[in-house]
Amino acid sequence: MAFTPHAAAAPDAAPDNSMIARRQRAMALCADAKRTDLEEILDVLRYEGAVEDLRRPETGLVMVRGQIGGDGAPFNFGEATVIRAAVRLDSGEVGFAYQLGRDAQKARMAAIIDALLQSPRHSRVTEDALKPIELRLAGERAVRERQTAATRVNFFTMVRGED
Amino acid sequence: MYVAVKGGEAAIDNAHRLLAHARRGDPAVPELATEQIDEQMSLLVDRVMTEGSLYDRQLAALALKQARGDLIEAVFLVRAFRTTLPRFGYSEPVDTARMELRRRISATYKDLPGGQVLGPTFDYTHRLLDFMLMANGEAPVAPAEVEALTDEDGTPRVTDLLDAEGLIEASSALQDEVPVGDLTREPLSFPAERDLRLQALARGDEGFVLALGYSTQRGYGRTHPFVGEVRVGEVEVEFTPQELGFPVPLGRLTVTECQMISQFKGSAAVPPQFTRGYGLVFGQSERKAMAISLVDRSLRARELGEDVVAPAQDEEFVLSHADNLQATGFVEHLKLPHYVDFQAELDLVRRMRAEHERDQAIHLSEAAE
Amino acid sequence: MSALALGFADQVTSAQQIFGAVMNAFACPGSLQPLRSDLDPPRPLSPELAAIALALVDHEAPIWIDARLAAEPAVAEFLRFHTGATIVSRPEEAAFALVADPEGPLPVERFALGTAEYPDRSTTLVFAVSDLSEAEGWRLTGPGIPGSRNFLASPWPRGLADIVRANRTLFPRGLDVLLAAPDCVVGLPRTTRLVEEI
Repeated sequence: MAFTPHAAAAPDAAPDNSMIARRQRAMALCADAKRTDLEEILDVLRYEGAVEDLRRPETGLVMVRGQIGGDGAPFNFGEATVIRAAVRLDSGEVGFAYQLGRDAQKARMAAIIDALLQSPRHSRVTEDALKPIELRLAGERAVRERQTAATRVNFFTMVRGED
Repeated sequence: MYVAVKGGEAAIDNAHRLLAHARRGDPAVPELATEQIDEQMSLLVDRVMTEGSLYDRQLAALALKQARGDLIEAVFLVRAFRTTLPRFGYSEPVDTARMELRRRISATYKDLPGGQVLGPTFDYTHRLLDFMLMANGEAPVAPAEVEALTDEDGTPRVTDLLDAEGLIEASSALQDEVPVGDLTREPLSFPAERDLRLQALARGDEGFVLALGYSTQRGYGRTHPFVGEVRVGEVEVEFTPQELGFPVPLGRLTVTECQMISQFKGSAAVPPQFTRGYGLVFGQSERKAMAISLVDRSLRARELGEDVVAPAQDEEFVLSHADNLQATGFVEHLKLPHYVDFQAELDLVRRMRAEHERDQAIHLSEAAE
Repeated sequence: MSALALGFADQVTSAQQIFGAVMNAFACPGSLQPLRSDLDPPRPLSPELAAIALALVDHEAPIWIDARLAAEPAVAEFLRFHTGATIVSRPEEAAFALVADPEGPLPVERFALGTAEYPDRSTTLVFAVSDLSEAEGWRLTGPGIPGSRNFLASPWPRGLADIVRANRTLFPRGLDVLLAAPDCVVGLPRTTRLVEEI
């Protein structure tokens, strides 16, 4: 799924747009992945450096918006629990996580992954480590799509005889 | 006037112990796990999330277990928990056009782009109780699979098909400067705009909204609706944190969306066309989404120049009574001690009775003369 | 972002303590209320100003910062990260105004005063000062002050006396003021009057 990078709201640093897109993709994967998936990724990456908690995992709410008619003006239709975390590596990169749910461990791990992704030293190997998760999630999605597709109605006309 | 009543602590403690005992039921029966509620009573969990106005399956399942299955009590627990959490902000509007569809049907076109996809539905079951489900332990047959036709651009909306001919009203435009109403921030006041009405209906009691929707079909209000489309599936939710300045994908939610298409409406300025009702809720809650879309259309009476003659068109009636937690709060408060009030009532009735009897006596003696 | 300072070590306790201090400051105008902060924010944002911001501000409370604070980008970054607040350039949009240079120019006439219906929708001014004293200075009177109370701030915020005088005529609209010095805070709600020696 492609995310259109938006311009940074903060007047300071102008981040690299493609880095934003890569981070967004990784965040989406981490959000859909299970906690054990992220544990495995960090095991594989074997990052030995210090990780400082800039923001310890904190649960809050995001008000979810829809669009009237599906494509019109926005409206609020309910809140969702969201957990967020921020960590800082000793090389200075700051990683963030914002995820649906309340899994503190998972959020913290996702924040570490986001930080590693921004570090020139670990960026490539982190994205490689995420690939198996991406493949598995894509496979699960494909199964769901096939199951759903089996319930699609095929309208056909009866043909009588050979006339 | 409420009377502060002291004492009864011991009774209350014991009541709670008895409640926990009643909640558990027969200890010989295995205890219910919240995961079981989440997985196997998922539609009930969806309803608690929608009416509790909080998307969190675990919390909703826990609330149901704690509430012994009492839906409104569970909604109470969820709403109360919500007040303990800080609000981070508002999400980007979800894009239902990019929904990962589980179900998609239309009553207006038979063969439409994307097709009629039934999904896991009760619609075609015969509604016969299945006693095999009492036996437990029967592994369900694995679902059938068929090659999926993946469409990168999503499945187009039925309303877009009508829009191509210019026969359906356009959606209200996205206006950046107009603030989006939020019931959790400002108390409801009337007239209420459509965004607030949809928020109120989404968290409203399904039974109440369903009955009102039904009433519009029975002739109270003038909609002759068709289900343009019902979609159930997962949508991506994004949020833009201040410190990042770009949208962050939070994960995916299941939502149900209904587009209801109604009766022509023409005026001097606007040619006859189809008008719309819309409903969007958490989870697979088709009935609720459809009911909301009926009531949404009905409440647009004022905006569309229709006379307000029916309860479902009466904004104040509909929105003030839709929230089942508010409703039960006031109804159940009657259980609180009203001892002093009642004593006053008792005295008044006694006095009125005494006067009445005096009047009767006078009346009789006058008649005798 | 790599140099971002940390927030409260114990969010809940700290927030409650700061809230309590500010509440007592407004309830007993002019009295010195202890306010301890473990924060080490980017200067010139003082630990007390930072603590008040982190405890009271969220994404629905826009902040205005004075020129001295705005000159250091790390300050805005710190505030945004820890509170989620929007930092506004128009004073009338601000729920809180943080002032690190009390003697500097301040657009006092542009801050929000609230409305007759919602007088609370005004800007709360928070000044960082070096010293606060109850021993001498101006005499304050009004709700929450038994008789009168002395009050002195150093440096004395420019225009503070005018603000307090203006509050008298504007009531219920007006501006509430907090003054934060190392380890303490004083509140001057809009109901407080200066006893003028004529």
